[in-house]
Amino acid sequence: MPTAEIASQEPVSTNGKVDPSVVMDCNIENLYYGSFKAVRDTRIPVQKNAITAFIGPSGCGKSTVLRCMNRMNDLVRGFRLEGHVQFRGQDIYGPKIDPVAVRRFIGMVFQQPNPFATSVYNNVAFGLRLNNFKGNKAAKVEEALKSADLWDEVKDKLNESGLSLSGGQQQRLCIARAIATEPEVLLLDEPCSALDPVATRSIEELMKQLKARFAIAIVTHNLQQAQRVSDKTGFLYVDTSEGSRTGYLVEFGDSNQIFHDPKQKETQQYIKGEFS
Amino acid sequence: MPTETQISKPPSRTQAITDTAFRALCQGFTWLVAVIAVIIVLKIVLAALPAVRQYGLGFLSGQVWDPNKKLYSILPEIWGTLYSSVLALIFGTAFGVAAALFLAEGFTADAVFALLKIVNLQFHPFWGKLPVQVENLLSNLIELLAAIPSVVYGLWGLFVIIPLVRPACHWLHADLGWIPLFGTDLSGPGMLPAVIVLSIMILPTITAIGRGALLAVPTRLRMAAYGLGATRWEAIFAVTLPTASRGIFGGIVLAFGRALGETMALAMLVGNANVISVSLFSPANTLAALLANAFPEASPKDVGVLMYAATVLLVITLLVNVAGAYIVQFTASELEGEKV
Repeated sequence: MPTAEIASQEPVSTNGKVDPSVVMDCNIENLYYGSFKAVRDTRIPVQKNAITAFIGPSGCGKSTVLRCMNRMNDLVRGFRLEGHVQFRGQDIYGPKIDPVAVRRFIGMVFQQPNPFATSVYNNVAFGLRLNNFKGNKAAKVEEALKSADLWDEVKDKLNESGLSLSGGQQQRLCIARAIATEPEVLLLDEPCSALDPVATRSIEELMKQLKARFAIAIVTHNLQQAQRVSDKTGFLYVDTSEGSRTGYLVEFGDSNQIFHDPKQKETQQYIKGEFS
Repeated sequence: MPTETQISKPPSRTQAITDTAFRALCQGFTWLVAVIAVIIVLKIVLAALPAVRQYGLGFLSGQVWDPNKKLYSILPEIWGTLYSSVLALIFGTAFGVAAALFLAEGFTADAVFALLKIVNLQFHPFWGKLPVQVENLLSNLIELLAAIPSVVYGLWGLFVIIPLVRPACHWLHADLGWIPLFGTDLSGPGMLPAVIVLSIMILPTITAIGRGALLAVPTRLRMAAYGLGATRWEAIFAVTLPTASRGIFGGIVLAFGRALGETMALAMLVGNANVISVSLFSPANTLAALLANAFPEASPKDVGVLMYAATVLLVITLLVNVAGAYIVQFTASELEGEKV
């Protein structure tokens, strides 16, 4: 992993086997929490300037796969991965890689809006400070808030608590915070599940704008949302055959194909709403 | 209209009466506590009034306490109370907050987990629970410190701490005696042993309240910090601690209040000498220790004087609490942004 310089735009190298537009190649053979096997056989490439959605029933490991992509799972005691995640030509699970460094290049937005209990400005500047950013912080904060479609609403209250904003605004604040350091990949873990339909729509519009600059991976339980925003879709399902609940990737492809012409039986049934 | 077959019914008369009675009871007890507090303050202040008239403000600025000559003043005690409490608070806060962090942020559990991993028992149905259990055991042990009686602390200070620190004190005084802190030699009881014991006594308050405040910080905030690429250190100092600061500070103020009023252990350890000195090894006195020592042999007239001293102690603790509340308000709005 290169040093923690923000906006280091070095070209994405690939290992030759994958499509050059692929920013991150997540290849999970087996993923364990303690002795529990949570996910198996899931390979999902995340492409540049595209939105990759993971769908599937509850407990199928969608969020677990997403959290694999920036090593958030390392914070869970007993987590173990067999497989690798290629990013910038390196395996981010390689022995010399610092998980903290990985997270500086791969941003994440969570299910619950989680602004820090500090001002709007400090929330967005948090990542800049972590990276010891020496440039014009105020300008970067403004830029990030504009990119997150929040600037007009908060420009007069940058010193107010981030917690004083509405739920939808808080989530956009979290997106601004994540993109302020210009990561290459943006991971969104059910970003709209705590929001009302209007706020959900505004986040979806925002995602479509942001894909011009970032590779986006999103977990959603909302099929319509995946259909509306995503370019690629992976469908995960739960395998209960071994007496356990292990998630695995059933089908991956263009969203159009997954939603209109799914190849696998499980995908067909899920898309038609025969089970959830 | 309710009929015989319907399950839903309005609350019965008994339910309504119970509810009203319960509310009245709670309200009554709350008021009772407030009334008792007011009565205590009132009684002490009234008993102190004759002495206040007789000795006036000179009582606060003089340094002589001589019951035989009927000369009373408490500046050394005020100094000793504040000096010992502030010093104890510095040590107690440093250790207490560190312990709270250690227990609340999973350091302990991680360490035990790493040990188990060496013998490959980390997922064992029985041993796998050990990390959390050790963490709970440690925090219970620290809270147990609060249950040790004050007089036991005093004895422990006399027979363990004083012999333990005496050689170091001699050495510090002999070699670094030009530093005012080490300006006198330790001859037995004195400020340092009192401060050490006092720090340990207030530590559980700071740790227990601090740990509670840290555990109350939502996990999603920590995750947000880690997700942005914060190290553990950065996540703790930039997010967890500031978010919990209000609660931690509340614990510190409470601990300070306890330090100011702590009596028995200090009466045994501080030396009970009317001396104002910055030296850590000098004997000193505190208001609470003075009251404890002087009451048993006080003539009815002296009682008024002691009540005056008690009033001063009350005012000091009150001021500390008000100042603490103010600081909490101030830092909270600085840290958390303006509330709308």
